[in-house]
Amino acid sequence: MSLSRREFLKSSAAASAAAAMGMTIPADLQSAATKAESNWRWDKAACRFCGTGCGIMMATKDGKIVAVKGDPAAPVNRGLNCIKGYFNAKIMYGADRLTQPLLRVDTDGKFDKHGKFAPVSWKRAYDEMEFHIKKALKEKGPEGIGIFASGQYTVMEGYAAQKMMKGGFRSNAIDPNARHCMASAVVGFYQTFGIDEPSGCYDDIELTDTIVSWGSNMAEMHPILWSRVTDKKLSDPKRVKVINMSTYTHRTSDLADIEIIFTPNTDLALWNYIAREIVYNNPESIDWDFVKKHIVFAASPVNIGYGMRRDDEKSIKDGKYTDLEMQTVSQEMKHTVSAAEAPALKPYGYKEGDVMVNKPAGLKHWEISFEEYKKFLDPYTLDYVAQISKGDPDEDINEFKGKLQELANLYIEKGRKVVSFWTMGMNQHTRGTWVNTLAYNVHFLLNKQALPGSGAFSLTGQPSACGTAREVGTFCHRLPADMMVANPKHRKIVENRWKIPEGTLNPVGNQHIMKIHRDIEDGDIKFAWVNVCNPYQDTASATHWIKAAREMDNFIVTSDGYPGISAKVSDLILPSAMIYEKWGAYGNAERRTQHWRQQVLPVGDAMSDTWQWVELSKRFTVGDVWGAQPLRGKNADGTPKSLPDVRKAAYAMGYTDNTTMFEILFANKEAKSYKIDMDAFPQQGFDNSECNGDSRNVVGTDGKVFEGYNFMLHEYLFEEYADFGRGHAHDLADFTTYHKVRGLKWPVVDGKETQWRFNSMYDPYAAKETKETGNSHAFYGGLAKALTQGDLLGIKDKTKKALKNKAKIFARPYMDPPEMPDEAYPLWMSTGRVLEHWHSGTMTMRVPELYRAVPEALCYMHPQDAEQKGIKQGELAWVESRRGKVKARVETRGRNRPPRGLVFVPWFDEKVFINKVCADYTCPQSMQTDFKKCAVKVYRA
Amino acid sequence: MSEVENNDRREFILEMARNVGLATLGGLMWSAYVDEVTASTLVLRPPGALKEKDFLRACIKCGLCVEACPYDTLMLAAPGDNKPMGTPYFVPRDMPCYMCTDIPCVPVCPTGALDESSVSKDGVLDINTADMGVAVIDDNSCIAFWGIQCDACYRACPLLGEAIVIEYAKNERTGKHAFLKPVVVNDVCTGCGMCEKACVTEKAAIFVLPRETAEGRAGDYYIKGWDKNDEKRLENATSEITTTEISKESAIDSLNDGLEDLY
Repeated sequence: MSLSRREFLKSSAAASAAAAMGMTIPADLQSAATKAESNWRWDKAACRFCGTGCGIMMATKDGKIVAVKGDPAAPVNRGLNCIKGYFNAKIMYGADRLTQPLLRVDTDGKFDKHGKFAPVSWKRAYDEMEFHIKKALKEKGPEGIGIFASGQYTVMEGYAAQKMMKGGFRSNAIDPNARHCMASAVVGFYQTFGIDEPSGCYDDIELTDTIVSWGSNMAEMHPILWSRVTDKKLSDPKRVKVINMSTYTHRTSDLADIEIIFTPNTDLALWNYIAREIVYNNPESIDWDFVKKHIVFAASPVNIGYGMRRDDEKSIKDGKYTDLEMQTVSQEMKHTVSAAEAPALKPYGYKEGDVMVNKPAGLKHWEISFEEYKKFLDPYTLDYVAQISKGDPDEDINEFKGKLQELANLYIEKGRKVVSFWTMGMNQHTRGTWVNTLAYNVHFLLNKQALPGSGAFSLTGQPSACGTAREVGTFCHRLPADMMVANPKHRKIVENRWKIPEGTLNPVGNQHIMKIHRDIEDGDIKFAWVNVCNPYQDTASATHWIKAAREMDNFIVTSDGYPGISAKVSDLILPSAMIYEKWGAYGNAERRTQHWRQQVLPVGDAMSDTWQWVELSKRFTVGDVWGAQPLRGKNADGTPKSLPDVRKAAYAMGYTDNTTMFEILFANKEAKSYKIDMDAFPQQGFDNSECNGDSRNVVGTDGKVFEGYNFMLHEYLFEEYADFGRGHAHDLADFTTYHKVRGLKWPVVDGKETQWRFNSMYDPYAAKETKETGNSHAFYGGLAKALTQGDLLGIKDKTKKALKNKAKIFARPYMDPPEMPDEAYPLWMSTGRVLEHWHSGTMTMRVPELYRAVPEALCYMHPQDAEQKGIKQGELAWVESRRGKVKARVETRGRNRPPRGLVFVPWFDEKVFINKVCADYTCPQSMQTDFKKCAVKVYRA
Repeated sequence: MSEVENNDRREFILEMARNVGLATLGGLMWSAYVDEVTASTLVLRPPGALKEKDFLRACIKCGLCVEACPYDTLMLAAPGDNKPMGTPYFVPRDMPCYMCTDIPCVPVCPTGALDESSVSKDGVLDINTADMGVAVIDDNSCIAFWGIQCDACYRACPLLGEAIVIEYAKNERTGKHAFLKPVVVNDVCTGCGMCEKACVTEKAAIFVLPRETAEGRAGDYYIKGWDKNDEKRLENATSEITTTEISKESAIDSLNDGLEDLY
């Protein structure tokens, strides 16, 4: 039966549209579609790259992905992509793809940390892993093994890793690269709302009047969202205002009505300036009804340091830090209050020249009165704020002041909807948690939060920092669905669900990414495994961590698709299946969970990270891991800390000493109930390497051909994980539904997704909470919702007051970053990205078109600064800090135009290894590194 | 200037000499390449190059500009390249002109085939005044015109925002996205070709052509009334006597032609 062109278009369009709606279409029309397109097969998926989460479709032909199209049925992008997504079909086919395990060996084939890489079997690789993990556990206990987890893990991979790491190994040293990306936003959410993730969704763009971008180059980093912002601006150019807040000019300024270039770190002062304008100069703009019903005011300590090593830490005492580095690191113990800080710190009892002794205080905060908050805001006058925050030395101060006033007026304007977007500028910040909470302050005072078109919206960078890292909880301190390892009730819920003994889970969760690196350097972590990330390229003070990995007694494993820096630094490399070579799910920045099926077989002998974790679990038994385990430190009574022996309870549950973690955590009765049905949707016609094996007949970790687990592992992992959140404001739909639709924004209640959380009209959880009060909102997150009382200086009344359904406005002052330009290092340096490349470039630098477009990272610099240093446009220069130096070409005419006194270098280029130059100071609350500012000198190479 | 480059130049000159030698023996050889001398409507020259006809007269094919270029952008045309032999040119898709602010290729030209004054402003070298060609966009193959968020050419342009600008338009198909279309501003574009190199399509959708080939020309007898700057074109305006089919005969001669066709 041949089809006319019209008939063909009709039938295949109908099939696409029907699939989008979850409808079934008549069988003969459907088969007409597949027959006509019989040379290739289209199937939906999510883009590999940023947190925007565009929907795409992949065309598979002869077992290879040959093309991609934007998915016209996807609400996020409606068939469009940016030029990274445009190349999704090419990213898996770089010539140097890792295809087999590689181990460093000597000439006899024995493991040798200083040997060269040679191919080994999966069995040999796993024998080594088992050996080194057991060795590390014996020497250092569960805190002696670490996992570099990822915001690019699929939901299934993350959940499998978390289960084995926390439930099997009882270790909390698993932390994702999302720590470098979103941690400040997460802690900001927790402290403000008591629950993670944004209240709004992308529909806010189409509904708002004002888009303010704070420390976010949306034009390059979220291009499809930027396309939506642009369209909004075009639809009402007079009313819609776009403002770009940045430390240097970039392409987001192209569309901006106002561009505000500010000095690094002064975003703290700018948010407080806006709040002061509201409270002091426009008090009628405060929605007191909303504030009284929903908001309390809070304060927290200011002398919290900068997340660097303290002077009693082993590697400091061992002299692993140079004198130059110590100039900055010593700020961790104490720093002198500067002239710029003095007015902001005056309400806290500090004056210029005082020595502030730093004592990390964790997440401690307490309630204060509105009067205290008002007192706190007093210093942030236009004069003070403009003086410290004007970032362009060539800008007229009065013009700058005018812009700040305009900015405040736009927020305040009655009836004007405002969305504040931010990404790394506000998160990668030594006061990142603070500045995140300050954003909510302004929106709360004006009642412009959790409303259609109005709200502070933290944009996520990675494709599944939300969906996997945050929602599944692959952080050192977290469990699924916003639960915490430190909470005994939460541990019990998880232990019961995982059918493991109570007391198995480790309550101490403090090994975040920087601590894992530092523990390796201190010799306290002996085994580390890199999953779906590139920590040896993406971590600041890089030289320290690479030295520790290469020269100390440890065993580092990297699982990846391509040989990046982390692989090179490792002892064992495992070939990972890439994104469309496995079933998976991602969750984007607007809480949209999207699933896809395996499109093709993995290249060579590569296997998915899910498979790698499940296979690892076969090597460890109850006897190996559930006896008593040592922890660091001592209890209050002086006895050494430890995890209890839970084997007796395990026996009572029917396990023996020889039962493997595989049988308990992955191939258990519940898992096996998820049958694979090759004749039904969604499995029909699609590969499933983990569950069925595949035609490559990969010889697995037991030395035999891997033939599959014979149950639907992916559905089991997803459903068990999703169960934690259902009924707890994290509701996900069921696995099969996600294969029919273009993602759904959770909470999904009664089949309906939620656009605006905490809003009684849109969020069924909020509606329930406000049934009696009739309030417009309910900030129902439960974390830290009982506070002591005090003033700016501290707690004065220890009785805890409950704050059900309330959110918080925080008093948090301007403070300097720990390293600023001085005579020796006279320039600010900021780092970031370019549109053409993703993260460390392992994928995009292997796409010829993207590599040709941007083959190298440049040092963007003001032409006058270059001239003054005798550096010509395009010439090579050293960019040097107290920590290290790299060579880069200087660009004075590029896409990024810094003011005099600042340079910008992106980090995607292995050959311009900028993290050697950056410092690993962090927000001491979120532990997120501040990659956005340090002090450098630049000189001709 | 490396050994290799010196040897290349030497090789080239020797090769040329051999060819000339052969040619004196066989005139056919030369005539095969005569076409090349004139077939230069698509060749891109270094910055400061005189107009092609004058350039070809002045260029002595010494290769000093090629050696001066720090990026290996410039090459000397070999027989069979379909370009005037021995003259310097570049192919932006492979290696564009990187717009060095000190324009090292021009001052070294011994004959003025590359003319310093044409790339100077107020006596100072200014690469932004170069006119190597002009970039042209094929909006059929430019994916930004499909709605894809690209603009790699725009971000690569050394005169970003001036030689290439972004025009916004609503994407009516999706209803909520915008096109960010790159548009070349001919008067500013220097023809360096960094855009062509960066273009991510299989065959570049933005490419540099010599200005003569790429541009048309409105006459100087009409000035845009709404654009004060357009008055500049008056400088070249002249008046001229024109002839068409019906005015080619003198008035008396055509009037005295018979009236047979009239009635």
